[in-house]
Amino acid sequence: MIMGIDLQVILFYLFSAVLVGAALAVISSRNPVYSALFLVLTFFTAAALWILLQVEFLAVVLVVVYVGAVMVLFLFVVMMLDINLVPLKEGFVRYMWIGIPVALIMAFELLAVMWAKGRFGTDQFPVPADRAADYSNTRAVGEWLYTQFLLPFEVAGLILLVAMVAAIALTVRQRKDVKTQKPSRQVRVKRDERVRLVKMKSEAPASKGGN
Amino acid sequence: MLLAAPELLVLVMACVVLCVDMYLREERRGIIHMLAMLTLVFAAIITLRQDAGIPSKEIETAFNGVFVRDYMGDLLKLFAYGTLALVFTYSKYFLRNNGLFRADFYTLSLFSLLGAMLLISGNSLIMVYLGLELTSLASYALVAFNRDSKDGSEAAMKYFVLGSMASGLLLYGMSMIYGATGTLALPAVAEALATTGTDNLLLVFGMVFLVVGIAFKLGVAPFHMWVPDVYQGAPLAATLFISTVPKLAAFAMAYRLLVSGMAPLHGDWLQMLAVLAVASIIVGNLAAIMQTNIRRMLAYSTISHMGFVLLGMLPGTGAGYGASLFYIIVYALMSAAAFGMLIMLSGKGHSVQDLDDLKGLNRHNGWLAAVMALVVFSMAGVPPLVGFFAKWLVIEAVLQAGLAWVAIVAVVFSVIGAYYYLRVVKIMYFDDAPSEVVHDGPVDFSAAISFNGLLMLALGLFSGGLIAVCVASFPA
Repeated sequence: MIMGIDLQVILFYLFSAVLVGAALAVISSRNPVYSALFLVLTFFTAAALWILLQVEFLAVVLVVVYVGAVMVLFLFVVMMLDINLVPLKEGFVRYMWIGIPVALIMAFELLAVMWAKGRFGTDQFPVPADRAADYSNTRAVGEWLYTQFLLPFEVAGLILLVAMVAAIALTVRQRKDVKTQKPSRQVRVKRDERVRLVKMKSEAPASKGGN
Repeated sequence: MLLAAPELLVLVMACVVLCVDMYLREERRGIIHMLAMLTLVFAAIITLRQDAGIPSKEIETAFNGVFVRDYMGDLLKLFAYGTLALVFTYSKYFLRNNGLFRADFYTLSLFSLLGAMLLISGNSLIMVYLGLELTSLASYALVAFNRDSKDGSEAAMKYFVLGSMASGLLLYGMSMIYGATGTLALPAVAEALATTGTDNLLLVFGMVFLVVGIAFKLGVAPFHMWVPDVYQGAPLAATLFISTVPKLAAFAMAYRLLVSGMAPLHGDWLQMLAVLAVASIIVGNLAAIMQTNIRRMLAYSTISHMGFVLLGMLPGTGAGYGASLFYIIVYALMSAAAFGMLIMLSGKGHSVQDLDDLKGLNRHNGWLAAVMALVVFSMAGVPPLVGFFAKWLVIEAVLQAGLAWVAIVAVVFSVIGAYYYLRVVKIMYFDDAPSEVVHDGPVDFSAAISFNGLLMLALGLFSGGLIAVCVASFPA
């Protein structure tokens, strides 16, 4: 407790502020590499928020999968592709004058609904009790995933399969004029296909001539 | 019997199609088509065996209540198989003509069907969302299927960005509802609403986002801007697909979320749906009049049809939902026939875009013109074709609920809309053809499109059976 405020609450607001700031930086920075790095920060702060909520398994997975794997790959692609963002952002300033007021009005409306009569206060939604020290988050997630939510879990996997099939279907081009090796055919090749034995009569060297 | 057996079959066969294609030479791709059709036939057999053909009120759940099998779901799935079989038959001709005949089309369509089936059977917020994502993701890829087409890529991009935004809004609404009720299962959500009361603004707030997500997916005004662009830019086979199976699934989504999950909030979503429905009937019919591009015209007509589907949901009675279900099934069949006809008229290397491409069709091929006329009259709602009965049922349900002004607007704008449908007939029968064109598809194509067109007449003349089945799918 610092000045009568829970440390947890202070941390929550700190992380939330960093998260929102980083998210804004993702969409507003000019350099796509910076955007990707800010996205890393966003994910990382979100993981910290989850730790505050005592869901340490999900937090660790978020860091390992998104920060460790997905974002690194993403950065790699961004650097490889060398995207020129200037044409993408051409309309940004032009439409900002209408876009920002609309966004502000929407944000105001959302907040008005949420704050009216304290709908989101702790009196509406009681704070869940703290977990016991030996409570295993990983185990709980695993149990739910493979019992109650087995079908949604499998379908989520299917969605990834479809994404893969779609990506391959839309990008792979088989060109007819490319010369490729077929290892299976190379291995199966018989001697007869490569070597032709020709029977020839032995010829006596011509008697005269030569040098 | 295993409740999710049809889903499992479709999943396995989608993977089989994916793998078999690896070992097929190009000239034997027809096998893929046969495999996909067989999948649909067997899925239909399994679905039919599960409910023994009687409208049973029995509702069974599986996977800890995440998955539900009921009569409405079975009916929608059966028609999804049926329309997809038509789509495959028409698409084969289109894909062959345009050098796009690849197995990916079948794989993605089957995966999209699987997503639609899971969405139809979704009994929990998370299952509905995942089913929707599966079916949408495959649809985006189908729209971009012709990689060399600039229009197709543009349409796919629009579809993808707007679709993702709709999914995001839907998910946000779901999270609100989860926060307010503490459960993901739709029956439990309804129960929580019934016990804790419905004056919670947080719930209504979440529901607004659900309604917006549903409106985006159905393509009703004012969330309809993507529909004409996507219908116009996508390859015809993809347009044909996205106007059939995903629409059936979107209706199921609306029913599951709003009725199974949030029936106690009926008074709140009733008003939103009424505004959406009336707006899309007005916008769809008025904008369609101005189109010279037949695909855009059909897209705007879709918007107005979706308005009618929402109208049927207003009264909150079994008869109303039955009317909506009947309408969406009829729409899927009409739409399959209309876009199938465009494929037939497109032929090799040409793609029908303008209404003028239909000029003098009657002189070239009288039978095709007659079939197209049947379909168009059915869309306009001319008796005794099935489109008339669909509109009539919906308007009857709305009148019974005492929403006379909505019914009047719907009727007035249907009459206005009849103009652009009749214009198609006029162009086919009374305008001179610019040059000699031969429209001749393969035998199975001609048979399928004739069957599809005659179905409009047959279902109209003998509409009682299907209507009774649709209405009986819902508790009164």
